[in-house]
Amino acid sequence: MAKPMTMTEKIIAAHAGRDHVNPGDNVWVGVDVLMTHDVCGPGTIGIFKERFGQNAKVWDKDRVVIIPDHYIFTAEDKCHRNIQILRDFVREQGLKYYYDPDFVTSEPGMPNPYKDPTKTSYKGVCHKALPEEGHVRPGEILLGTDSHSCTAGAFGQLASGVGNTDAAFVLGTGKTWLKVPPTMKFTFRGQIPPYLTAKDLILAVIGEISVSGGTYKTMYFAGDGVSSLTLEDRMTLTNMVIEAGGKNGVCDVDEKTLQYVRARSNVDHWTVYKDDPGCAYDCEYEWDLGTLEPLVAKPYSPDNKDTAHNCRDVKIDRAYIGSCTGGKITDMIFAANLLSGHTVKIPTYVVPGSTEVHADMLRLNIQGQAKQEGEKSIYQVLEDAGCLISASSCAACLGGPMDTFGRLNEPMACISTTNRNFPGRMGHKDAGVYLASPLTAAATALTGYVTDPREYVSEPIATGSAGVL
Amino acid sequence: MPAVIKGKAFVLGDDIDTDQIIPAQYLSYNPADPEERKYFGMYAMVGVPAAQSGLPKGDMRFVPEGQFTSPYTIVIGGRNFGCGSSREHAPLALAEAGAKAVVAEFYARIFYRNCVNGGYVLPCQCPKRLVDEISTGDECELDIEANTLTNHSTGKQYPLDPLGDAKPIIDAGGIFDYAAKAGMLKT
Repeated sequence: MAKPMTMTEKIIAAHAGRDHVNPGDNVWVGVDVLMTHDVCGPGTIGIFKERFGQNAKVWDKDRVVIIPDHYIFTAEDKCHRNIQILRDFVREQGLKYYYDPDFVTSEPGMPNPYKDPTKTSYKGVCHKALPEEGHVRPGEILLGTDSHSCTAGAFGQLASGVGNTDAAFVLGTGKTWLKVPPTMKFTFRGQIPPYLTAKDLILAVIGEISVSGGTYKTMYFAGDGVSSLTLEDRMTLTNMVIEAGGKNGVCDVDEKTLQYVRARSNVDHWTVYKDDPGCAYDCEYEWDLGTLEPLVAKPYSPDNKDTAHNCRDVKIDRAYIGSCTGGKITDMIFAANLLSGHTVKIPTYVVPGSTEVHADMLRLNIQGQAKQEGEKSIYQVLEDAGCLISASSCAACLGGPMDTFGRLNEPMACISTTNRNFPGRMGHKDAGVYLASPLTAAATALTGYVTDPREYVSEPIATGSAGVL
Repeated sequence: MPAVIKGKAFVLGDDIDTDQIIPAQYLSYNPADPEERKYFGMYAMVGVPAAQSGLPKGDMRFVPEGQFTSPYTIVIGGRNFGCGSSREHAPLALAEAGAKAVVAEFYARIFYRNCVNGGYVLPCQCPKRLVDEISTGDECELDIEANTLTNHSTGKQYPLDPLGDAKPIIDAGGIFDYAAKAGMLKT
């Protein structure tokens, strides 16, 4: 009988044309989708042309996805120039999937954002846009020139971040070499309680294994606790595996996954892999969701874990809700339910993770249902609570140009639903970032101190089919 | 690759992430443009908090203000060097500044891969915690064949981990040259 394999081992074996692989094997694999954006695209294109020639063609124009998202709302002319480099490449190569910020023109200065999020080719943050636009499916290999490309593993595929050279190599050949990672298994038992989101779960994991505990490894999230999460919340788990050094993160494929993929995928076939009984794990951890508390990661490391409750005396100057990690529509629903009818005490910046999220914030009520006449939208609830809301982009999650919305341009304490809090990540080197769930960030916005959301939330927050259909 | 890399060491601590190596605000420069590429050298390591920049004293710049190149050739790091984003601008910035090698306890995966596949700087690993053994400015020598690092300022020598699976790619000069040699590329 064949030796049992994990999901990730099976995906690599299938893409390497082998029956079997073992952790540690180096293999060449075919890549299904390659994604790049405005920060790493120009460098990748440069290496591609240098190595394959000025007139070279990409290996498959339907498998290259370009999603500008990082430096969109800035007056810096080099950023606009970089978008133009992407446009020229897309035209020259005849690429099928490009999501242009059509409001960025040759005019100097800060671009005027899209007026209607449903009427622009721009999509916003790549990791949110990839599944929305149908580029994510079980069983495939997706590489992106962004470390958070691992997000797509929530859909039961192998997704990982690469640099420009690797991406340029894939552009020309459709292939890359991978070392087969061993799999770490993280099991969550029970149903997710109303005061927790997946952000608390992944902060618990990173706090346990450290920012390097997953280095070179697959992080597999299992158990009924993970099944109880929405797809968007599973994306929060896999999104942050890179913060533990993980190569990729995966969740099992279930009916929720298939419902999403059937509705969205632009390819109509895929293969569902699951771990064989008896397959080998590098290590196993288990949590009972009933005993987990709302967590934060204190400055200056995502593994600097503490409970929100323990940090209740920490004064916070700003709240930030956004990014591929914490700017999805369900994150907005969580925050809006908590903020509804209240007023924030500190400046609270909200950045939709995609133009679809932005549109849904306008279209849905805080139960995730289409809002009825006289009902407030998620957007209105957040605006009425005093939040400052911008157009979708990566914005201040990674600091970016000095004029970026929400950027921490001076030393201050910020609570944020984003993914990293290393020195200078959101701007100023001396600014301290507390990573937290959208519930904890919203509760903190109401008090100006790190606040355990259990002070505000006791009933489950419904999200309907928001973020799925 | 030269058989020996000699020069001054620049010492950093643990978990030096890519935002510290090259802060995001400088990523609008296009590395494919030779004129703009130089700026990655100018801003290499400006994101490291002053107290941790150039250990053990700190408050030392890797690249002097307003200049494009560094007086330091070998970067010494602790655990998890290069964690964080996948930006290849990070190893590129070190190389543009003139660094030839990094010696760390271990690396974050994507940074290591970018060093190897892009052929920027030699990513060596040393089981010994060199951060506590070497001071910024010490004259060091990496012997690639013998796989050792010698600190001439103290006279101490340290064995390095073998390069392992990455060695054939490093020897070739990067993934493109490796694949071309292996007959995988037509170019």
